[in-house]
Amino acid sequence: MDPGGRVNIFVDTFAWFTDPAHYTGSNAVQVRVFEHLELSALAVLIAAAIALPIGLYLGHTGRLAFIALNVANVGRALPSLALLAFALPIAFSLGLGLGFWPTLISLIPLALPPIMTNAYVGIRGVDRDVIEAARGMGLSEPGILRTVEAPLALPLILSGLRTASVNVVATATLGALVAGGGLGRYIVDGLALQEYDRLFAGALLVATLAILVEVAFGRFEARAVSPGLRSPADAL
Amino acid sequence: MPNARGATVEFRDVTKQYADQVAVDGLSFTVPAGKICILVGPSGSGKTTSLKMVNRLIEPTSGAILIDGTDVLQEDPVQLRRRIGYVIQQVGLFPHQTIEENVGTVPRLLGWPKDRIRSRSIELLALVGLDPKRYAARYPAQLSGGERQRAGVARALAADPPVMLMDEPFGAVDPIVRDRLQAELLRIQRDQGTTVLFVTHDIDEAIRLGDRIAIMKDGKLVQYAPPGELLAHPANEFVAQFVGSDRGLKRLGLLTAGGADLDSGIERAGVDPRAPELKASTTLRDALALMLERGVQQAPVVDDNDGRYLGVLTLAKISKMLGSQA
Amino acid sequence: MTEGEPLIRWDWIGSHLDEIGFRLLQHVELTAIAVTVGFIIAFVLSLLILRIPRIEGPVTWVTGTLYTIPSLALFALLIPYTGLTLLSAEIGLVSYTLLILIRNIVRGIRDVPADVIEAATGMGYDNSDRFWRVEVPLATAVIIAGVRVATISTIGLVTVTALIGQGGFGFLILIGIQRFFSTELIVGAVCSVSLAIFADAMLVLLQRRLTPWTRVAG
Ligand SMILES: Nc1ncnc2c1ncn2[C@@H]1O[C@H](COP(=O)(O)OP(=O)(O)OP(=O)(O)O)[C@@H](O)[C@H]1O
Ligand SMILES: [Mg+2]
Repeated sequence: MDPGGRVNIFVDTFAWFTDPAHYTGSNAVQVRVFEHLELSALAVLIAAAIALPIGLYLGHTGRLAFIALNVANVGRALPSLALLAFALPIAFSLGLGLGFWPTLISLIPLALPPIMTNAYVGIRGVDRDVIEAARGMGLSEPGILRTVEAPLALPLILSGLRTASVNVVATATLGALVAGGGLGRYIVDGLALQEYDRLFAGALLVATLAILVEVAFGRFEARAVSPGLRSPADAL
Repeated sequence: MPNARGATVEFRDVTKQYADQVAVDGLSFTVPAGKICILVGPSGSGKTTSLKMVNRLIEPTSGAILIDGTDVLQEDPVQLRRRIGYVIQQVGLFPHQTIEENVGTVPRLLGWPKDRIRSRSIELLALVGLDPKRYAARYPAQLSGGERQRAGVARALAADPPVMLMDEPFGAVDPIVRDRLQAELLRIQRDQGTTVLFVTHDIDEAIRLGDRIAIMKDGKLVQYAPPGELLAHPANEFVAQFVGSDRGLKRLGLLTAGGADLDSGIERAGVDPRAPELKASTTLRDALALMLERGVQQAPVVDDNDGRYLGVLTLAKISKMLGSQA
Repeated sequence: MTEGEPLIRWDWIGSHLDEIGFRLLQHVELTAIAVTVGFIIAFVLSLLILRIPRIEGPVTWVTGTLYTIPSLALFALLIPYTGLTLLSAEIGLVSYTLLILIRNIVRGIRDVPADVIEAATGMGYDNSDRFWRVEVPLATAVIIAGVRVATISTIGLVTVTALIGQGGFGFLILIGIQRFFSTELIVGAVCSVSLAIFADAMLVLLQRRLTPWTRVAG
């Protein structure tokens, strides 16, 4: 494969996609896509299970505002490759080996900040008068959070989940560096073997997947949020 | 020491047409040099539009505005604006510049030398009652609403503009501060001889400040007259209502005891001893209030400076003046 | 990570200070070029958006899509064209800065209060004077906030360019992963994060320098 063959790369990549050999076995496209999504979904779910309750609680009580607001900035400062680097010794010391687990461990801290900060900002942004009125009508504090604050904060919560998901799908690619599966395999192997059709195909697949996740989430948000609440404000 | 000579401002059949409505409709009037003209009228009557056509922030659809005989449309808008002071309700001080830098804005645009800008800024801050030592180096965020208004006026005056445009400049400050700002504006304006076009909603402010008052409605000029005449002879029911049912009293506020027709035939000693002694500069409105309060029919009037007895003011005279308005 | 090997071997650090210094320089260079070039492009595009609001949608769409494409994929897509070069790295890194920078520049300029604009125009500022002396200074805080986010993200992304032969501290991380050598890996990661924190602090100082009026009591 000649890296200078600029016209050919498209032809080659097309050929790669139409080659039936790439749809069978453990390295099949559908297998890699599934692995990629499985890993990403699990990471986002675990992160949401941790970050949402914290964000909602801090938002409801208004505590630790400084930390809640700045955790997102700190999160951005953590380079994904560095996270992977830190996750590797941890996974090792836990006896979890290479591949899936260290990648998962590195993805979770990446997904936490946007989810938590958006939940916090969303809850804090709910009109205090509305909450006062709910309290006046006799709702309990958890009741207020569940029936008033959370629905009103939904747009921001969802956009936090979207940011986290897109980041995770993108970064899950790096798992291939530590012998993980997913679409990163094609890129890392393509690089190592100088097979540019494979590299290019992998890159296209990951890019498409990330954009699809972004678009799908956007569609879902538009539906899930009542038109009365739609606001262009994004915390992140 | 009048630095600036005011300029005459003439509106000649000025119209501003927007797609769906006429904002200003055939406006014609002249503000003599060095006078304060107040534009009043209900919301949406075209006051701001009229003002902004003078410095070409808005271009008229037809008609002409002349400053000392020159049509503003024939001048470069940027150069024109540097010669016209402009104060708006929100003040619009530059948040990123100190008060001194703010005041020096137009001189800087005009390329004055640095030390002249500096001394002019300091002079102006003192003129509007902001102690330069305390305020020059502050940022606008460190000033109260009233102080910002003063800084805004100082900034508009910086390059000795012959004309000042002021759009509800004191609208956002409390009545006591507004009172002081109005007094200072009058003092400064007399000092500098600037021609001022001043927009307000407040008829009392108009009466207090105006040499002339232009009452506008639906983009048209309804009446253009000095305050006394406006109160005495409102052109129609709209003006009468706008100036208020107490316009008689308001008019008394424009007249002084010294200027009234005093009865000098009565000896000072012969006046009711309960009567308050009035200075010649007391307004008839205050005089009336004092006399009613003491329950007297007459009160002696004395000269402000030497206390010389001038004559007696009677309730009958005041009520005659109230009656002469219609 | 072989058994019995300590997590960090301080002697390795001591004997590789030259290497670390070289990677630092490379990391700073990759970041500085990306943020500078990104800022220039973003500024020009922002000026266009402010003048022709119609193009805001398309520009946001394109830069948003670029931003969504995973970094490794973007670098990979460039390899057939620009190879394993600095240019490939910079094209990718610059692409990622655009969305945030444009968003903040445009918002910063648009958020300048209308009364300030009106006062400036009314006093006789011409359009370009007003833009450079009033609007840009007042937008500085928001613009630098964007530069901070762009710089921090770029420092993180630079590590990924190790895969196309660049990488700064990312090179240490990658080699550490490949050799199962935790010292090198941790040094790379810690240095990269430290650089991001340091750069952010510098930008905060710069912002304070440039916008003293934002710090006065309200
Ligand atoms: N850009 C514009 N496009 C269309 N109509 C306008 C525009 N600007 C002003 N108008 C209309 O012109 C009329 C006069 O507006 P103007 O701002 O001069 O009123 P105003 O007397 O200053 O009112 P207020 O006392 O509320 O400030 C209003 O009815 C307003 O709606
Ligand atoms: Mg108005």
